[in-house]
Amino acid sequence: MTPFSVAFLPLTDSAVLIAAKEKGFAADAGIDLSLVRTTSWATLRDRLIYGQVQAAHMLAPLAIAVTLGLSQHTAALSAPLRLNINGNALAMAPDFAAALDPDPVRRIEDPLGTAHDFAAAIGLHRRKPVIGIVHRFSCHALLLRYWLGAAGVEPDRDLSLRVLPPSLMVEALRTGEIDGFIAGEPWSSVAVADGLAEIVMTGARIWQRGVEKVLAFRADWMERHPEAVDSLLVALARAAAWCDDPAHHEELADMLERPEYVGRPAAELLPALRGSLILRHGEPAVSIPDFLLFHREAAGFPWRSQALWIYSQFVRWGFVKADPETERQAAGVFRSDVYRRALSGTGLPMPGASMKVEGAIAEPLGVGAHRGALTLGADRFFDGRIFDPTDIAGYLARE
Amino acid sequence: MATHCGLTGRNAVVSLMRAYASGGNPLRIVIVDDSGLRATILQDGLREAGYDDIHIVPPESGFVARLERMAPDVVLMDLGSPSRDTLEEMLVVSRALARPIAMFVDQSDETMIGAAIDAGVSAYVVDGLRKERVKPVLDLAIRRFNAFARMRTELDEAKTERDQAKIALQERKIVDRAKAILMNSRKLAEADAYALLRSTAMNQGKRIVEVAEALITASNLLGGLA
Repeated sequence: MTPFSVAFLPLTDSAVLIAAKEKGFAADAGIDLSLVRTTSWATLRDRLIYGQVQAAHMLAPLAIAVTLGLSQHTAALSAPLRLNINGNALAMAPDFAAALDPDPVRRIEDPLGTAHDFAAAIGLHRRKPVIGIVHRFSCHALLLRYWLGAAGVEPDRDLSLRVLPPSLMVEALRTGEIDGFIAGEPWSSVAVADGLAEIVMTGARIWQRGVEKVLAFRADWMERHPEAVDSLLVALARAAAWCDDPAHHEELADMLERPEYVGRPAAELLPALRGSLILRHGEPAVSIPDFLLFHREAAGFPWRSQALWIYSQFVRWGFVKADPETERQAAGVFRSDVYRRALSGTGLPMPGASMKVEGAIAEPLGVGAHRGALTLGADRFFDGRIFDPTDIAGYLARE
Repeated sequence: MATHCGLTGRNAVVSLMRAYASGGNPLRIVIVDDSGLRATILQDGLREAGYDDIHIVPPESGFVARLERMAPDVVLMDLGSPSRDTLEEMLVVSRALARPIAMFVDQSDETMIGAAIDAGVSAYVVDGLRKERVKPVLDLAIRRFNAFARMRTELDEAKTERDQAKIALQERKIVDRAKAILMNSRKLAEADAYALLRSTAMNQGKRIVEVAEALITASNLLGGLA
């Protein structure tokens, strides 16, 4: 058995790692998997960079930021697998949400209209809205900026973005410290259940098939241990298939509930797993089928075009200067080649390309695959814009 | 818990000035910690080592703003604290205005970084401070954090032992009461009463204390045969 330590944060989307251990997929692949629970992204990053763990459940933009030297220490990281797609939601306090469409279902069905309503609500609010984000380099923060940016909001000017660990968001809402937050589940559902907030938007309605957590390695370590990496990827791909199956959601929620994992009641974890969320306290749950994906539609495949979309947003918001070398480094973090190498023998359909034009698929689409049939779900951005990874400058010029 | 990231230009200038002025001055050290005991242990150690400009800040709402006003040269923080991301965001936002603050003394010193992570210490140091000025602080923090972890383990063990002793005493009292009931109602000698409890327990595959408890319950239900 190859010992493997992987750091994670207690979030619903750590499910694939936990299932890999608990359901024996890791052991079947010859891996003795230890999961190391951490409470901040900074600590998860440090444990990975300084070799206390070999891999980590990481925010995709953070893996790119660390590689580009934007987050304390510079270290080349590699992400050969996405651990999930989507899975986060924006929850706003009822007094703020009152300025939006009164029907919470219409809000999330019309993201463009809600973005404009949100922009108007900013001016009506008693202060500059304080919105909790889990990290500057989180997908949800980038989606929030993208969404509101389309309605003319300048996030750094019009909002007060405050970084808080996900587990402290609900308390900060209770004390009035923040007016809302965007975070991975279960935290938005917890805030709704406590009557402190309403879910006014989900990540999946801003970008239908976005990018969320990845499995990150130190690039040099990954190069030196190809066999261990491949075995882990096989185990995680099988675990992801298990997690995606609705028949397993209750068992999965019971597993995640345990204090060494997410440590929240299964009832709070099930909504995201089932894609059935209560948007406002006391109202029936609403079905959001693509709320969180683990496996289907090649969910694990790290599209390099998505690393480049993240890079484009870093440039847009001034985190980094546009530069061909930086762009190359960012794209190189997503290792679709390692995904192919590791999983070629598993019978999983393998996308034929490593990049795609993001946001161009309006209806589920059969695409070229090396093996089997692969259907990709709709991947539209809510504003209908299309990201061509070969023309980032052109894309940004149209902002 | 929440924080306040509001950075004003003036605070930034103050920290800028401190960073430049701290060349030969005593280091201002801030310990961000919600364990009062650990922070005190660390503070005592630093005092003994001759540092006297030390402040303890719990990571509560608004701690980032307090920290900025203090303009420390070194910030020591529990690696396990969920508030590290909040602190680092301040460092990023400050970067545009003041001198950057880097983590660890020297990023090439992997041995020390490993020791710090093992001990659960994270440190943020004003960039530009000479390594030899900060290294003793970090060494000391690592030793004290380790000592605290050891002490906590020992305390936990002692507590477990105490709990076990308490349970043992409790159980002995129950068995004594059951013996008294038997001695009274069946006119048995103490040794015989105990032998009866033990053989009953053996026959039923139970612990003596469980049989004793059952006997006491039954006796109470039957109206104090004892």
